[in-house]
Amino acid sequence: MDYTTTILTGFVALYIFMLAAFTGFEIIGRVPAILHTPLMSGSNFIHGIVVVGALWALLNASSLPEQIIGFLGVLLGAGNAAGGYVVTERMLQMFKPSGKTNKE
Amino acid sequence: MNAALLIDSSYFIAAFLFIYGLKRMSSPLTARSGIVVAGAGMVLAVLASFLYTLDVNEAAKPHLSTNLTLALIALALGLGWAWRSGKKVAMTDMPQMVALYNGMGGGAAAAIAAIELIGYKTHGTVSLSLAVLGGLIGAVALSGSLIAWAKLDGRINKTLRFAALQLVNGSLLLVLLAIGVYIIWHGGIVSWPVFATFFALALIYGVMMTMPIGGADMPVVISLYNAFTGLAVGFEGYVLNNPALMIAGMVVGSAGSLLTLLMAKAMNRSVANVLFSNFGAVSEEAQGDITGSQKPVDASDAGINMRYAGKVIIAPGYGLAVAQAQHKLYELVKLLQDAGVEVKFAIHPVAGRMPGHMNVLLAEAGVPYDIIFDMEDINGEFKEADVAIVIGANDTVNPAARSNKSSPIYGMPVLNVDMAKQVYVVKRGQGKGYSGVENALFYADNTQMIYGDAQKVMVAMIQAIKSLGGGH
Repeated sequence: MDYTTTILTGFVALYIFMLAAFTGFEIIGRVPAILHTPLMSGSNFIHGIVVVGALWALLNASSLPEQIIGFLGVLLGAGNAAGGYVVTERMLQMFKPSGKTNKE
Repeated sequence: MNAALLIDSSYFIAAFLFIYGLKRMSSPLTARSGIVVAGAGMVLAVLASFLYTLDVNEAAKPHLSTNLTLALIALALGLGWAWRSGKKVAMTDMPQMVALYNGMGGGAAAAIAAIELIGYKTHGTVSLSLAVLGGLIGAVALSGSLIAWAKLDGRINKTLRFAALQLVNGSLLLVLLAIGVYIIWHGGIVSWPVFATFFALALIYGVMMTMPIGGADMPVVISLYNAFTGLAVGFEGYVLNNPALMIAGMVVGSAGSLLTLLMAKAMNRSVANVLFSNFGAVSEEAQGDITGSQKPVDASDAGINMRYAGKVIIAPGYGLAVAQAQHKLYELVKLLQDAGVEVKFAIHPVAGRMPGHMNVLLAEAGVPYDIIFDMEDINGEFKEADVAIVIGANDTVNPAARSNKSSPIYGMPVLNVDMAKQVYVVKRGQGKGYSGVENALFYADNTQMIYGDAQKVMVAMIQAIKSLGGGH
């Protein structure tokens, strides 16, 4: 039981932000325009991870206003993640090369 | 095993899966598996988060069972509603749905900021600043996205514009920033009406910022709010000391910003121009003279002409999708291909309502993506094409953007359809495009107009070609 949660402060956080920003930039930079819409939707899904933060906030809520706002936060976050996933998956499902037919 | 270690390693794996999934999504071959990979990361992260129940802070311990119940209800409701609505929405309505889900994410980030602030849980200038900034951006993304959704969905048709609007918005932003600085200055120890005012004004600002923006510019705005939400999530991730939120938020923040710039560039406008200028207001001015007349032609004649062409390039626009003619169009394409005609699709970067939206709509109809080409890849081929057919597109094929300096869309990259030997334009009537600009293409010598609903035109063409027989 000698493990403690990582504490991200100062420059460590700054490094993470910088590297993550470059990662996002590089991934989108080389994408063909045909995938821009699904990709925007896909990145929309990925920031749905906010639901995890909202869960933490709600579980640690200690007053009624905090509980109400936390409930809303989890509700909205879950909607972001689930909705983002479904529409992205539906769009990407349709991309097929010649020779394969669309079953729908 | 220690719960904190389990949570942290789950988040690490989730962050890896997000980036790997996004990477796979950036190629059409692997795109489908990309979202599944990222989805697995999300499920893992959410499940791991329930381990938080083992270690909540002292003040929250008496409320734990209530909080846990609330969390499960909220998760189930949010997931259930979004899943159903996401399955139901039509492909043409995808942009507003993305806007809606995006706004929800911004709202969640703002909610985290609000809890941290009103509970006085945030300490240190950096944390406090990021909490305030993330809350502001998240709230703006929430109300702004809702307005964008309502506008694209046709629920709001008004475009709010008055002379002093930018002044009002500028002052509003200044007041917001001042309150933000005030909160940070006092170490977050201010009374709740200050927080309430802050969030209320941020929501109002999002509305005011989006109301003056017209339909054509909406995609750029949605993409911008997507980047906003990413940033807000990243900032709140720092506040909560949660690396998964920091990484995912910042990746989306930067990817979204780049996507916004690419979209604005494709329309030959700067992001500032989209946000702060009134596009429709300038287009009524003189646009130079256009000579010639519009020459109508029968759909079946055009169809037969295409059947005997060597190479046909199709330039579809949003009008195609509005008429729900993609399926009929693909039927026509298959007939032409069977007859030995080389058929290619040319997609303008802003065809449809978002970059790539037209590709999605064509994919829905079953059109394989290897006969669909981006503008820069196909623009050189128009001069070799026997027929170029424009369906429901207007501004994206206007040659005036290349040559006429007085045109409001001068400089916008366009498809060079006018260079084909014969141009057909399928159009409902003699109106102007989204920008309100007259289209010189329609008056060109090698252009013939096919007036009518795109779907009916396609059907007429298919019948004309089938009536020729030929054993197929």
